[in-house]
Amino acid sequence: MPNSTLDKAKKGKIVTIVNLPSGNIRSQLIRLGLTEGGTIKCLERLPGGTIVIQKNRQEIAVGYDLAKKIKVILQ
Amino acid sequence: MKSDNIINIDNNGKLIIDDSVSEITNSEKVVLVGNPNVGKSCIFNFMSGMYVDVSNFPGTTVSITKSNFNGKEIYDTPGIYGVSSFNDEERVAKEIILDSEIIINVVNALHLERDLFLTLQLIDMGKKVSVLLNFADEIKKRKIKIDTKKLSELLGVEVIETSAINQTGLDKISSAIQNARVGNQQLDLHFMLQSIIDQSIPQSEALLILEGDEETANKYNIPCGTPDQRENIYIGRRNRVNEIVDQVEYQDTKSGEFFNRIGRLSLNPKTGLPILGVILVLVYFFIGDLVSQQIVDFTENTIGKGLFEYNAKSFVADYTPTTIDVSIYDESEKLVDFKSFNFPDGKNANAQLNDEFVSFSNQPGASSEFHFGNPFVRLFFGEFGVITMTITYLLFLLFPLVIGFYFVMALLEDSGYLPRLATMLDRTFNKIGLNGRAVIPIMLGFGCITMANITTRLLGSEREKSIVTAILQFVIPCSAQLAVITVLLSGAGLKPLLIFVFVIATVLITLSTILNKLLPGESTPLLIDLPIMGFPKLKNVLKKTYYRSWGFMKEASFWFFVGAFAVGIFEITGILNIWQDLLAPLTTSWLKLPKEAANAFVMGMVRRDFGAAGLFDLNLTSMQITVAIITITLFVPCIASFVVMLKERGLKEGLTVWAGTWITAFFIGGLVAQIVI
Repeated sequence: MPNSTLDKAKKGKIVTIVNLPSGNIRSQLIRLGLTEGGTIKCLERLPGGTIVIQKNRQEIAVGYDLAKKIKVILQ
Repeated sequence: MKSDNIINIDNNGKLIIDDSVSEITNSEKVVLVGNPNVGKSCIFNFMSGMYVDVSNFPGTTVSITKSNFNGKEIYDTPGIYGVSSFNDEERVAKEIILDSEIIINVVNALHLERDLFLTLQLIDMGKKVSVLLNFADEIKKRKIKIDTKKLSELLGVEVIETSAINQTGLDKISSAIQNARVGNQQLDLHFMLQSIIDQSIPQSEALLILEGDEETANKYNIPCGTPDQRENIYIGRRNRVNEIVDQVEYQDTKSGEFFNRIGRLSLNPKTGLPILGVILVLVYFFIGDLVSQQIVDFTENTIGKGLFEYNAKSFVADYTPTTIDVSIYDESEKLVDFKSFNFPDGKNANAQLNDEFVSFSNQPGASSEFHFGNPFVRLFFGEFGVITMTITYLLFLLFPLVIGFYFVMALLEDSGYLPRLATMLDRTFNKIGLNGRAVIPIMLGFGCITMANITTRLLGSEREKSIVTAILQFVIPCSAQLAVITVLLSGAGLKPLLIFVFVIATVLITLSTILNKLLPGESTPLLIDLPIMGFPKLKNVLKKTYYRSWGFMKEASFWFFVGAFAVGIFEITGILNIWQDLLAPLTTSWLKLPKEAANAFVMGMVRRDFGAAGLFDLNLTSMQITVAIITITLFVPCIASFVVMLKERGLKEGLTVWAGTWITAFFIGGLVAQIVI
């Protein structure tokens, strides 16, 4: 599957994180359990593009602009 | 219990076997394996019938305890997160595991995601495994359900629910040992293992070699896997754990499911906006009606003005020239009696008149106005007295209100709703350079702008703080002001309400769009954890409310005094009057309001509800009301909020916003006046 970004993930689909943006936001993402190579489930795609993902039992909301910067493989 | 000679007893009376694990023969050995704090020792205790400490900290001892159970040797191991050689505990546990045939894996049902990693590794090792799902009673309390049958199916081994503390399910341990079997292994991993197994190395050790365990690799003198290889295997296993947990674990009870559904529905605007509507109505009844009307009415008027201010002023009046006007109102707020008492040398100098004053002013419905001759006494105890007004305002008006607001915020936060609201509104806030989190200070602004000013700290960047601060000062009416606006609007009909909402919304959109364009830098994106929805725990909510309310009062109180002091000085020096005169022409010709409305604007600088309340007696037409409430809403924040804003945002930004509200309020208010009046 070609590389894509998290904002393109479809509701209910599982994606694998390939690359996280650098900087402070990176450590925040890792602290929430999102790591390169990890898989997450796209729970919701809200109108406008805010993405709600599920990692283990934890649900995390990711803003559209941030989701665009997270490279993933869609499955 | 029978112990053999490799076992020693340490000082605590614990049984220990040392490094001599290699001497253990391979006949029917059962080993208990699990992560730290899974209740392993408790289960071992039950099986061996002897006393063992249930340790609370990972790896309190590196000792291995051994016992007999139904004729089989049984070993306890230190708590580990995985089989490898990262530390001594792991090394010891690894040795025992490699040497035994049957593994009883104790899993903490509350930490399935964490614990199953070890379980899958044990299964990948090709050992006979049975799983004890401990803390089975605890998960029921927490409204989580684990589908044990499904879990057993996915793992390919027996899974038995136990509660070591309550000793339930433990009778099935012997059948767990008997039924232990090789579980479902990951196929691709198994193929990779095959090449090592072909060199007549046991599968368990082959796996460790592939996972880069040097100790095991050295034993057979073959190269071990690279760190990258290990990471790949670990990540694959971690993902499998997550998939399994996804399939076997879910919210159990109806209420759990109900809240879960509400949580999902509140994310999407289509369903989330109606939910928000319901919540706002409930919040309105609690804060708008109960707290800010009934409770504050009692605390402010009865306790604050009636008891505290009356006694404080009366005490001061004993010693200083004072005129006291006492009005008596009946139940329908009609003036029924009035008397003025003059004490040119203080009340103590005229005991007879004082007695008369005391009995007259203590009638029901009495309201006393103290006019002090000395300007300094006025500064501290007068109508806007630094001591009298500020204490009443802080303790008897603001404090109950702040508690009410923080209580509601804590409820929304702990129920898991607030982060979902922030998520739902994220895209809308993006358009004005904010992210969904900004909803928190803005919501608090409807309570008290000062409180909201301090809360802007939780925003991610200076840019966002500036935008929210400006929105708060310009357009958000605080609860004190909202109450007066509601009263004014309720008598004026629907049209003024619509105009009011339209104008304020237009200003909000224009202002935030301009700021978003003008302010340099970038806003932070939303990244927020959505906790499980559920009924908040009252104890936590109360604790949060207490700490935040206390924190706010501690931080803001001083600035309220500073603000009151400044207004007091303005009043004594006559600046307040000059201001009023200056504003008068603007009020009459541009805003088309009566001259006295200027009073309301000047008072609005002190306390926003003072400003609005001044409009009650003016007999305004409905369109004049519209203009007036638009102007006071956009008008400068109260003095305390202004001072706190200066402190939070700096002198330059604070003054710019403050001046901006003057200009906007009169410009927009006048514009509306020219159109509708």
